[in-house]
Amino acid sequence: MVLRVIIVGAGVIGASIAYVFSTIKNVEVIVVEKEPDVCWGVSKANTGIIHPGHEEDPRAHPLRAKLCVEGNKIWREWSSLMNIPFEERGELMIFTTLEERREALKYVEFAKLNNVPGVSLLEGQEVLMLERGVAPSVLGAVYAKTAGIISPFEATITLIENSVANGAKLLVNTEVKRIIIENGEVRGVETNRGIIDGDVVVNAAGLYSDKLAHTAGVELDFKIRPRRGQYIVFERDVEPKPRVILHTTPTPLTKGVYVVTTVHGNLLIGPTAEDLDYDEKENTATTETGLEQLIKEASKIYRIPPRSKVIRFFSGLRPEPPDGNWLIKAYDDPWGLISVAGIRSPGLTAAPAIAYYVKEIVEEVFDLKFEGKEEIKVIKSMERMAEKSYKEIDKLIRQNPDYGEVVCYCNVVSKAEVLEALRRTLEIGAVPTIDGVKFRTTAGFGRCQGSKCRINVAQIISEVTGKPLHAVMWRRSPIGIGDVKVLLRQEI
Amino acid sequence: MKRVSYDVVILGGGPAGLAAATKLAKSGLKVLLIENRKHLGGIPVQCIHTGFGLLYFKRDVAGTEFAQELVDMFLSTEADYMVKAHVTEIREKSHGVYELFAITRSGVCRIESKGLIYAAGARERSIFEIWVTGERPEGVYTAGEAQALMDLYGIMPGRDVVIIGSGDVGLIMARRFAVEGANVKAVVEIMPYPGGLIRNVVWCLQDFNIPLLLSHMVRRIEGRSRVEKVVVCRVDEDLNPIPGSEFELKCDTVIVSAGLRPDVDLLAKLGVELEPTTGGPVVNDLLEASKPRLHVAGNALLINDLVDYAVEQGEWAAEGLLERLNEKEVYKAGIKVKVGEGLRFVVPHYISGLRDVTFYMRAQKPMNDVVLEVDEIGFQVELYKARPAEIIRIKIPVRALARSKEVGTITFNARST
Ligand SMILES: Cc1cc2nc3c(=O)[nH]c(=O)nc-3n(C[C@H](O)[C@H](O)[C@H](O)COP(=O)(O)OP(=O)(O)OC[C@H]3O[C@@H](n4cnc5c(N)ncnc54)[C@H](O)[C@@H]3O)c2cc1C
Ligand SMILES: Cc1cc2nc3c(=O)[nH]c(=O)nc-3n(C[C@H](O)[C@H](O)[C@H](O)COP(=O)(O)OP(=O)(O)OC[C@H]3O[C@@H](n4cnc5c(N)ncnc54)[C@H](O)[C@@H]3O)c2cc1C
Repeated sequence: MVLRVIIVGAGVIGASIAYVFSTIKNVEVIVVEKEPDVCWGVSKANTGIIHPGHEEDPRAHPLRAKLCVEGNKIWREWSSLMNIPFEERGELMIFTTLEERREALKYVEFAKLNNVPGVSLLEGQEVLMLERGVAPSVLGAVYAKTAGIISPFEATITLIENSVANGAKLLVNTEVKRIIIENGEVRGVETNRGIIDGDVVVNAAGLYSDKLAHTAGVELDFKIRPRRGQYIVFERDVEPKPRVILHTTPTPLTKGVYVVTTVHGNLLIGPTAEDLDYDEKENTATTETGLEQLIKEASKIYRIPPRSKVIRFFSGLRPEPPDGNWLIKAYDDPWGLISVAGIRSPGLTAAPAIAYYVKEIVEEVFDLKFEGKEEIKVIKSMERMAEKSYKEIDKLIRQNPDYGEVVCYCNVVSKAEVLEALRRTLEIGAVPTIDGVKFRTTAGFGRCQGSKCRINVAQIISEVTGKPLHAVMWRRSPIGIGDVKVLLRQEI
Repeated sequence: MKRVSYDVVILGGGPAGLAAATKLAKSGLKVLLIENRKHLGGIPVQCIHTGFGLLYFKRDVAGTEFAQELVDMFLSTEADYMVKAHVTEIREKSHGVYELFAITRSGVCRIESKGLIYAAGARERSIFEIWVTGERPEGVYTAGEAQALMDLYGIMPGRDVVIIGSGDVGLIMARRFAVEGANVKAVVEIMPYPGGLIRNVVWCLQDFNIPLLLSHMVRRIEGRSRVEKVVVCRVDEDLNPIPGSEFELKCDTVIVSAGLRPDVDLLAKLGVELEPTTGGPVVNDLLEASKPRLHVAGNALLINDLVDYAVEQGEWAAEGLLERLNEKEVYKAGIKVKVGEGLRFVVPHYISGLRDVTFYMRAQKPMNDVVLEVDEIGFQVELYKARPAEIIRIKIPVRALARSKEVGTITFNARST
C-alpha cells in the first residue's frame, strides 16, 4: 500500500518534511503551494541564522529547545550533502549594560540545560579580540561557537529539488481552500484547481496554518499573530564587516538586533519586532521608524555604514503562535491530519529536526513502520561563477560560452547560470519569474537592484518559455503592460 | 586564459570612451576599447529625444544619432574593440601598467596595458537609496531602466506613472511616457526648484499638462503585487516632512529618477582616491586619477548633464594620457583646487599651472547675477545666472593659472551680486 502524503506549503518546513518523506519507501509526496514558486513566504525573509539552541528556554519551550539543537546538527549534514551555502561563524550576544549582562547569563545557563556545546562568557576586551569592529564600549558577550549562517531560500529550493528528484510532486499556484475530512479521516484537500486525494495532510502553511487547521475543524483557538521584522542590507564592499554573527542581548524590553555578513557577503542588520494585527498576514511593509530604530540599536554594538551604502530594505513576518509554542501534532481524530503550525524562530534552524520528528509522530500515532529507500538521489545546490577563480571561469566558458555572457554586472552572474536556474525551476514544476531567478542566482540582488539586469533576465526567460518579453513575470505580474507600438494602435 | 597586450585600454564604450579611443587610435597607438553591453554607444543609444551634440557637432540631434556618429568615427580608426565583455577587475602590475580581467564569450581575457582610460559611466540611485519605505511591489523602475525597456525593447512599463525627481532625466521620461499614451500623474521633487533645465520643464511637463510637485516627497509605496499608489507629503525648508500634509496618488508604476552616481567600484577596489561631492575620483588637469596613467572621463568622473562634456572629457583624458606616456618622471600637479562659497564641486581637483584648464562646477542653489571669482589669481567672470541643474563650464588660460604657482591653491567662489 502506498501512503499519499499531501504537504501544504513549500517553505523551509514543508520542504524539509517533503525531503524526509521522499526518502521513505511506499510514500507518495505531493507538495501544494499557493505561490508560483517555492519559498516566497516566511522562509524567504529572515536572518538566516542557524541558532546554537542556547536562547531557547527549556522549561517554557522544551520542544523548541530540543529541535533547535538537533536541527543545528542536521543542517551541517544536509548542507554538505547538497552543497547548500552554510558557514559556522560563531556568534556573540553582546551586552552593553549590567542589566543586559544579567539577561545574558541566563543563556549560559540554558546552554547547559540544553546541552549546547561551545558556549562561554566573554568580558570586555576578549570580545574585541574575537571581532575587531565591535564598539569598544561593550561590557562583554556570550559566545556560542556553533552558530551558523545559511541562505534560507537556497536551502529551501535545494530541499524541494531533492524531494522532486526522489519522487515528490510539487504543485504551484495551487491554494488549499479546505482540508477534506470524511468519517473522521482525512480524504485530501480542496484547492483552487480541484481536489487532491490523500491519506495524510501536513499543514505547513506558515502564517496561514491557523486558518488551514480551522478548515479541518481542529485547533479553533489557535491563532497566529504576525510579528514583523524589518531589515537593512548594505553593499558588499563596506568596511568593516563582522566575521562572527553579532547581536544585542534581548531583554524584556528590546529584542535582539543582529549585525551579520550574509553568505553572499552583504552586511545585514535587523530584525525589528513589531506585533501586527491578526489579519495583517501580508503586511511586509517597511517603515521609517522601524529602519531608524534598527540603525540606532545596531550602532550600539558595531560601526554601521552610512545610508549611502544601503542597497535594500525588506521585512518578514514571524508566524507567532499563542505563548510562542510550536504546534506540531498528529491527530488520530481526524485521522491523517498533522499540524506543523506557528513555526516561528528558530524554525529555520529546527526545520530538519522538525521533519524527522514529524516522521516519528506519524509512525507512532498512525501506527506505521517506515522503511528508508535503498537509493536516494542527491541534487546539489547551484554553484556561483562569481565565487570561482578566473582559471575555473575560463574553463567553464570553454565548455559553455554562455558562462562568458555576464547578465548581472553588480554580482557577475552569467547567462549560463540564469539558464540553469530556469531549467531547475521547470524541473521542479515551478513557474519561471524574474524574482525566482534572483533568488537562485543573485542576479538583481546587487547594488543596482536589477535596474541593469532585469531586462537581460527577462529576455532569457522569454527565450526559454516562448512568452513575449513584456509578458514575462516579475513576481506575480508581467514586467510591462505591452508593446509600445501595440499600445499606440490602441489594440489593448 | 587568453592574454593580450595593448598600449592603451579604454574601459566603457559610451560617448566618453569612444571619443578617447578615437583620439588615441589616431595617434598611432595600439588601442582596445571594452564594452559590456551588446552595442557601442552607451546611454545615448536608448535616448530617442533630441538635445544631444549642440556643442560638439554644432547641431541638435537625437541621442541615437549622436551615438551613431561617434561610433562611426571610432570604427574608422584601427582600434580594436570588444562588446559583451565585462571587466570585473583592474590590477596595477607596476607603475602605470595595468592588467584587466574581462569575461567574454570566448573565455576570460587578461589584458595588459601601459595606460588606462576609465569611462564606465554612472549608475542610477535606487528607490532604497532615497529611503522610500512601504511595500516593495512590482512596477518600480529607475528612469534608465524604463527608458531601455521602451526604446530598446518596445515594452511599455506602465500606464499610470509617478516620477520621483525632476532632473532632466526625470522630465524627459515624463514626456516620453506621455507621448506613448501613459497618464503621468505627477513629477515629485523634494527641492523647492526643479532639478532640470527650465526649458525641459516647459517642453516636457507644461506642454503635456503634467503637474510638478516641488517641495514634495514620496514617502511610501503601497501595493501587494503591482504598485497601487504612492503616499506623498510636503516638506519644509529643511526637507523634513510636514505632518498632516500627506496625500495619495494612485498609479501602477513608479519611476525613480533620483540622480546618478559615477560607477567607480573597480577604481575603489584598486585603491584610487575618490571624492564624496562628485562621487568620482580625484583628478589633475590631465584627468589623471591618483594612480599613474589612469585617466577618467565622462559620467565616471562627474555627472554631466550634457553628453558634449562627456566627449570633451574623453578627448582631454586621451590627450592627458598621451602626454604622460611620453614622459618619464612623475607629473606634478600640486596646485589644489578648492571649493569655496556657493558651489558643490569643482573638477579637476589639482592643476599644474602649466596649461589651460576647463573647469566643471555645479552651483549649490539657484542664483541670479553671479560673479564667479578665483581670488588667488585675480580671475573673475560674471554669469547672468547659475542653476544646480546646469554645469558651469569655464576655461581659464594658462597665463592666469600660472599665477597660482606661488600660492599653491586656487579657490572658486560663486556669489550673487
Ligand atoms: C524576521 C524573521 C527572522 C527570523 N530569523 C530566523 C533565524 O535567524 N533563524 C531561524 O532559525 N529562524 C528564523 N526565523 C523563523 C523562520 O523563518 C521560520 O520559522 C520559518 O521560515 C517558517 O517556515 P514555514 O515553512 O513554516 O513558513 P513559510 O515559509 O511561510 O511557508 C509556508 C508556505 O505555505 C504557503 N501557503 C500558505 N497557505 C497556503 C494554502 N492555503 N495553500 C497552499 N499554500 C499555502 C505559503 O505561500 C508559504 O510558501 C525568522 C523569522 C522571521 C520572520
Ligand atoms: C535618460 C537620459 C537622458 C539624457 N538626455 C541627454 C540629452 O538630452 N542631452 C545630453 O547632452 N545628454 C543627455 N544625457 C546624458 C548623457 O547620456 C551622458 O552624459 C553620457 O551618456 C555620458 O557618457 P559616458 O561615456 O560617460 O557614459 P555611458 O554612456 O554610460 O557609457 C559607459 C559605458 O561603459 C560600459 N561599462 C560600464 N562598466 C563596464 C565594465 N565593467 N566593463 C565593460 N563595460 C562597462 C557601460 O555599459 C556603458 O555602455 C541623458 C542621460 C540619460 C540617462
